[in-house]
Amino acid sequence: MAPFCRLVAIGSFCRLVFLGILLLSLLPVFAPPAALAQENPYFVAYDHYLEEPGNLEIEYFSTFGTQRGGNNFHAYWVEFEYGATAWWTTELYLDGQTTFNDSTVFTGFRWENRVRPLKHEHFINPILYVEYENKNGADKILKEGEGHDVESDFLVPNAEARKEHLHEIELKLILSSTFKGWNFTQNTLAAKDLSNSPWEFGYALGASRPLALKASAKRCTLCPQNFVAGVEMYGGLGDRHSFGLHHTSHYLAPALVWNLPSGWTLRISPGFGLNDNSHRFLLRWGVSREIAGFGSMVSWLFRGRK
Amino acid sequence: MKAIAAALAVCTSFLAVSVVLAWTQNSGKPPVAAAPKYDPAIYAELQKAPEKARNRANPLQNDPDAVAAGAILFEQHCAECHGHSAEGSRKAPSLLAPEVQSATPGTLFWLLTNGVVRKKMPVWSKLPEPQRWQLVRYIKSLGGPAPEAESPAPKP
Repeated sequence: MAPFCRLVAIGSFCRLVFLGILLLSLLPVFAPPAALAQENPYFVAYDHYLEEPGNLEIEYFSTFGTQRGGNNFHAYWVEFEYGATAWWTTELYLDGQTTFNDSTVFTGFRWENRVRPLKHEHFINPILYVEYENKNGADKILKEGEGHDVESDFLVPNAEARKEHLHEIELKLILSSTFKGWNFTQNTLAAKDLSNSPWEFGYALGASRPLALKASAKRCTLCPQNFVAGVEMYGGLGDRHSFGLHHTSHYLAPALVWNLPSGWTLRISPGFGLNDNSHRFLLRWGVSREIAGFGSMVSWLFRGRK
Repeated sequence: MKAIAAALAVCTSFLAVSVVLAWTQNSGKPPVAAAPKYDPAIYAELQKAPEKARNRANPLQNDPDAVAAGAILFEQHCAECHGHSAEGSRKAPSLLAPEVQSATPGTLFWLLTNGVVRKKMPVWSKLPEPQRWQLVRYIKSLGGPAPEAESPAPKP
């Protein structure tokens, strides 16, 4: 694999190809049975719904972004989201990006945990979020807005940007509410590079609603209840030394998700920069599949048959 | 070349596991033991529903499509744990039990909405309210008494 990578001069892209082959070979193992996901359309904001216990959701997401004064980019990530319990979801991300006329690089991994502290449903439901990020400076997935991150940060060529290594802890307080079919969510973010950097802050807001609240009495793929439309807004709030909106980027993004009865979920979201520090346009899309009973299958493999 | 060989070896082993899994799944013996014996205490969660929630009537009680829609929703969201006929499994209790079938629609709706997150039952408020009522209609149609004869849960 390595000589081939050198031959075609695409470096880390081979790692992604290798990973893809590995994942494809894994899919048949875990493909049956799928579960119908009932996902909200957000790409950045989180609501208070966790993965069902024992289920694994494999997700692929892409972000195409325009870049003033530089090359446009296509960033992507794979998520493995597992419902450890009904109150704890854990998730692994693998990130990469392609900057046009530059190169393709693997940009790192993230390990995320979301915990539901309250037993019952309330009008506002808090979720605690803790994430560890091990990434390099070429990361462009824009999974959150934080600190003073602005469009011009993305002008650094990949070869130089990837030399910067970041170990970051990210904390979020997710406050989410569902009322008459509408979901409203507000995420407050605090992130810190584990080097001597100040705490950085950010936010995400989201609202969404299924196109129909009642389910159809017939099996259907295009029924309105399978679609959820929404909008999200996110951006940075500066850091501990300069909290506020000065020199921060902000985005507004309508979003649509299609929860297919086959267990697949498709998402799309065009995003628009709200100020001169933001990328003018981001187009995000994603595909995911939820695998029911993954935990049972794994424990059965190691337990043996009785 | 070593990397290619390693990749092929890993992929081959996963495919081999796939074949073994497919064989076992088709052999009629499910990977999880089908012995749905549950501690009756699990049904005590139903008694925790507040009186106001217990007394809520199902607004779709007279909707002729509610049971059919609820059956589809049940298969999509509930059957994995509660079994395809709601008979229960190693993961979750039977919904055919008298404790469930004698509970009021409002009690079942409350439990669906809040889940029992410390005992593996997720919160299902992500399903819109009418869909949760459709699910309740379906669950109650599985073998409980007629709606008029339903006995409300005892007051705490």
